[in-house]
Order: sequence, then C-alpha cells, then structure tokens
Amino acid sequence: MFYREAGDFSTTYPQDSQTFPIKFDRYRYYVVLFIAVVIIPFVINDYWVNSIFMPFLIYAIAAIGLNILVGYCGQVSLGTGGFMAVGAYACYKLMTGFPEVSMFIHVLLAGGITAMVGVLFGLPSLRIKGFYLAVATLAAQFFLVWLFNKVSWFYNYSASGQINAPQRDTFGILITGPNTEAWATYMFCLIFTIFSAVVARNLTRGSVGRQWMAIRDMDIAAEIIGVNPLKAKLTAFAVSSFFVGISGALFFAVYLGAVEVGEAFGITKSFLVLFMIIIGGLGSIFGSFAGAAFLVLLPVLLKIIGVDWFGWPTDIVAHLNLVIVGGLIVVFLIAEPHGLAQLWRVAKEKLRLWPFPH
Amino acid sequence: MPEQLAFTIEVFLNGLMAGVLYALVALGFVLIYKASGIFNFAQGVMALFAAMTLYGIMNGQVPFAHLINAIFGTEIHYFGWELPALLAIVMTVAVMILLAWMVQRFIFRYLVGQEPIILFMATIGLAYFLEGVGDLMWGSDIKTLDVGLPQGINETIDEATFNLFGYGLFIDNLDIVASIVAIVLVAALVAFAQYTKQGRAMRAVADDHQAALSVGVSLNFIWILVWSLAGFVALVAGIMWGAKSGVQFSLSLIALKALPVLMLGGFTSIPGAIVGGLIIGVGEKLFEFWIGLPYLGGATENWFAYMLALVFLVFRPQGLFGEKIIERV
Repeated sequence: MFYREAGDFSTTYPQDSQTFPIKFDRYRYYVVLFIAVVIIPFVINDYWVNSIFMPFLIYAIAAIGLNILVGYCGQVSLGTGGFMAVGAYACYKLMTGFPEVSMFIHVLLAGGITAMVGVLFGLPSLRIKGFYLAVATLAAQFFLVWLFNKVSWFYNYSASGQINAPQRDTFGILITGPNTEAWATYMFCLIFTIFSAVVARNLTRGSVGRQWMAIRDMDIAAEIIGVNPLKAKLTAFAVSSFFVGISGALFFAVYLGAVEVGEAFGITKSFLVLFMIIIGGLGSIFGSFAGAAFLVLLPVLLKIIGVDWFGWPTDIVAHLNLVIVGGLIVVFLIAEPHGLAQLWRVAKEKLRLWPFPH
Repeated sequence: MPEQLAFTIEVFLNGLMAGVLYALVALGFVLIYKASGIFNFAQGVMALFAAMTLYGIMNGQVPFAHLINAIFGTEIHYFGWELPALLAIVMTVAVMILLAWMVQRFIFRYLVGQEPIILFMATIGLAYFLEGVGDLMWGSDIKTLDVGLPQGINETIDEATFNLFGYGLFIDNLDIVASIVAIVLVAALVAFAQYTKQGRAMRAVADDHQAALSVGVSLNFIWILVWSLAGFVALVAGIMWGAKSGVQFSLSLIALKALPVLMLGGFTSIPGAIVGGLIIGVGEKLFEFWIGLPYLGGATENWFAYMLALVFLVFRPQGLFGEKIIERV
C-alpha cells in the first residue's frame, strides 16, 4: 500500500497531514466532487434521482455509519434498520413540531437523537462481544420497530400508522413533500453525504479512529496499552448511530416521503447495509460508497436486463437478485475479504507501477 | 380453580410447546457451532428450504419450473405425481445431505482458519443465496405442508381438564407431536454423539481440531456430517413450523428467534439449547399474557426474547451452560 510517492514532497506540516497524501488521489477526489456538485445537478432528472442517486447517497451515509461501528471498531451490529427508524421518526416529530425550522437542522438533530439511542443500546457492548453482541443488537432492531408501531405518539395518532413527510423547505427551496425538484433533493442528500464522508474520514485517521481500530484488533490488548474501552466503544456507537440516523431521516423525509416502519426499516434493511460494507470493504470509507453503489445498482441493472430485455416476470428477477447478492458475498469473503475497496487499491497500485512492476 | 390460574397454565403449556420448537431450531445451530466454530446464520433458511423441498417433492413440482418457463417459454409445472410423505422425507434428507456437501465443498473449505466473524457473514450470504434458490426452485407462494400430522385441539386433554378443574385447557395436537418428536430427536442425537464411532469423532473435532486431525479424524467428513445433521434438524423444524403456520418466508425469521435461545443457553451446549428454548418460549408467552397485552398493546413477542437475552447476557456473558469465556492477549 502506498502512503507516499516518490517526487511528491510536502514542505509544510498541514501538507504532510492532509487527508489524501498522494497527489493523484487528491485530484481524483476534487474531480469527483466537481462532477457531483457542479455537473450532475444540471443534467439530472426525476428517474435518475429516485432510482439511483438518492438511494445511493442515502445508503452511502448509512454504510459509512455502520462501517465505523463494524469495520473500524469491530462491534457487529444488526440493528441498523432500527436506528434508521429512530432517525426517521425523530425527523418526523421535529418536522411536524417545528415547521418553520430549516430541514438541515431537523436532519442533524435527528442524527443526534439517534446517537443517544445508539449509545443506550451500545452499553451492553462493554460486556458482550462478538456474535453475542450481534444478536443483542437484534433486540434494538425488533424493539424499536415494535415501539414505533405501537406508540401512536410517534406517528402523531394517524389512523394508518404511517408517517408522511409534510412539505418543508430549507433556504426557500422545497426539500420534502410531493412538489420537490430533482436537483434540490439530490443536492440536499449530497451535502449530507459529503459531510458524513469528510467527518468519518477525518475521525477514523485521528486519535479516536486509532482507538477504535485498537479495540477492533484486540480489545484486551488495547485496554492494556491505555485505550479506554468504554469511551472508544461508546463513541463508535454514537458516531455510527449519528450517521445512520441522518440516513434514516433522509430516507424517510426526502426519498420515500411516506413510511411504514416494519416495511421500510425491518431486519432486511439491517442486512442490506451490512452487505454493503462487506462487499464494499470493512474499514474503508471508499468501500462504503462502493458497496452502496453496487447494491443499489445491481437490482436496477438486473431489472433492466431481466424484465426489460428478456421479459421475465419481476419475481424471478427479485429471486435472482437474492441469489446473486448471496453468492457474491460468499465469493467476496473467500476471494477478497476486504471487498471492493481492496480490489480498487490493488488495481491502483498495479496501474501506477505499470508497465514496469519491478 | 380460578379462571386466571387456568389461563396462566394454558399459556405456560403453550409457551413450553413453542419453546420446544425454538429449541429444535437452536439445536441445529449448536451442532454446527460445536464442530466447526461456524455460527450458522442460514439455519433458519435451511429449515425453510427443507420444508419447501419436501412440499415440492411431495406434490411433484418441477424444480425451477418458473425460471425454465420464463427462459424457454414452456409451460411445465408438475411431474404429475404425488409421493407419500415418508418417501418424500427420505428424498429431502438426500437433498439436504447434498446441500451439506456443497456448502462444505464450495464455501467453507476455502474459509478454514478465517476469523469467526467472517464465517458468520459467509453464512449470512449463504442464507440469502439459499433463500433465492429456494424461491426459484419451488416458487415463493405460501404453501400448506401436510405430512399427515394430527392438528387441532386435543380433545382428551380438553375434556380431562374440564372434568378436573372445570376449565378445558386448549392444547394443539401438533404441538404435542412436535414436542415428542423433538425429545426423540434430541435423545437420538445424544445417543449418536455418545455411542457411535462418527459421534465420537464429532466430539473429538468439537474439542480440538488439530488433535482430532492428528489421531486420524477426517475434518472434512465430520463437517459434512455435521452440516447434514443440521440439515436434518432443519427439515424436522421445517416440517413442524410448516405444518403450524405454512411454509413461507417468516419461517426463516422464526429461526432468528433461536439466536436469543442460544445466547441464554450458551452456544456450545445441547442441553443449554433446550433449556434456553423452554425459557424463551414460556417467558415470552407469559410476558405477553401478563404485561404485554394488558399494558403495552400486545405483539411483545417480537422483541421480548432478544431483550431478555440482552439483559441476561450483561450479567452472564457466556449464557447458562456455555463454556466460560477466557480471554488472552
């Protein structure tokens, strides 16, 4: 793995500690940002936003969140769906309670509330480890979904038990409700995605991130060299749930608009996000994006190929999707346990040495 | 005898029966976990797959009929025969053994020595794969599996208790059969593990892989054996649950409930799986009856088991009967 390249000198300390130390990476990052922020909003339409970009951006946030917990801190969680539900319902209550406040604030607050719930369910992680913890987080998943189903205060006593996002704006631009424009919702999600990625990237390469990784690699050894496991684990749960909560809020308010909790945030959602980070790469921010893109695009592609080209019934395509996702996970774990991110890294290294690898 | 007490007894007994079924699923987990250290998340889907296969074979469905029809434009659905349940069960067992061999040959052979959590995730992948294959093979509609097990209220118990207490206990025949089958199955498994050559080899592998290898036990064979046994247990569980509530996707979610059962009992203990199953089964029914329905609006069964396990584990991380967790740096 390259940390530095020959001929790429840094002459000041800020240069030395920047996020992307290799020049090529840095420029690529700027190009991607430029395309995402400046070009895409002008060429985008409703179909692209709703079937590809928005799910991708929102799942990317959730994947980053889960990756912090599972990939960086090594605490396996199957409660992502439940925490996304917390974000969604917190956002809903805030939106209906304080209609005049900007959506930005609501989504961030929803993240904060989810972080608190996350810490609460993270407390057992101090005693329980490994699989036991994975199953314990199922308690969060099922309990939270049940709670949002049963306590009618959460859905403002609506008869259907659903929550519907009312029309809200930020800086005078409609973000939620039926009359939004494609570019506005896209930009709104994009801002949160970039924010999450930057924060996560910088947290994970700083002191907190190193503590998480120490806990992941071996918690007892980490404790002995002076990492406080209480602090490390709980911050991981808090930060992870914060991002997951944001993605849940966006998923409900901006993307779906109306949500029935058991359907939108059930156990399958937890697994979907977990698969994203396995396929994308555990312990990698880029991997979170890659995994989210992969699992968002795969069903769309399969649908185009299977239903539109071959004219198969949709249920067969849905089942094939399951087979392919399941098969891919196994293949990835056997061939490349570090996922797409590692493939990308290896390819990059090979290409940079090409054509003189020795 | 007051009504309330009779109700409670009825709920308790029904919980016991449900617990037996949880224990049945949990047993499959324990078998594989002990022998190979793999926490097999796919156990529930295996039960679903086994039940679907059994149904398909019994009714002479053509496997992958739906897919074949879609690709080739044909209209085939059934072979046009109906097999007796016993023959179909034998054939399903064969399918499950084949599945065990394939799982070992194509997945876990390549993952020997990986971290447990990687193995766990591989089984999640396997679960999805198997679910997709099952749906493609046999169709995803809800099926009513009927292998000739008695169903409905047991009238003898109803009458006997009515005469004794003045209140007839409602107990499903199917639950009674399931309990008997589960007890027989557990006894058979214990006997197999204790008194046969393969059983001894299995226990040796569970104790220490390397030591077992060095005395000439074939790990590969034992793992296939264990996965086959788990497949068989899954089939039994699938038949019971399938007869109770139809063969459908929720069957694999019921298996999720085996997880807290395992956590209570400890991952490595067969008696633990049974005791854990009974505690969860009785606990969630009683909780629903006493607290859930009157105060919390019902449906607490969805999460009670997990919460119980969560709270319990905080005080005893290795479960009731699990081996004490010793950690070294």
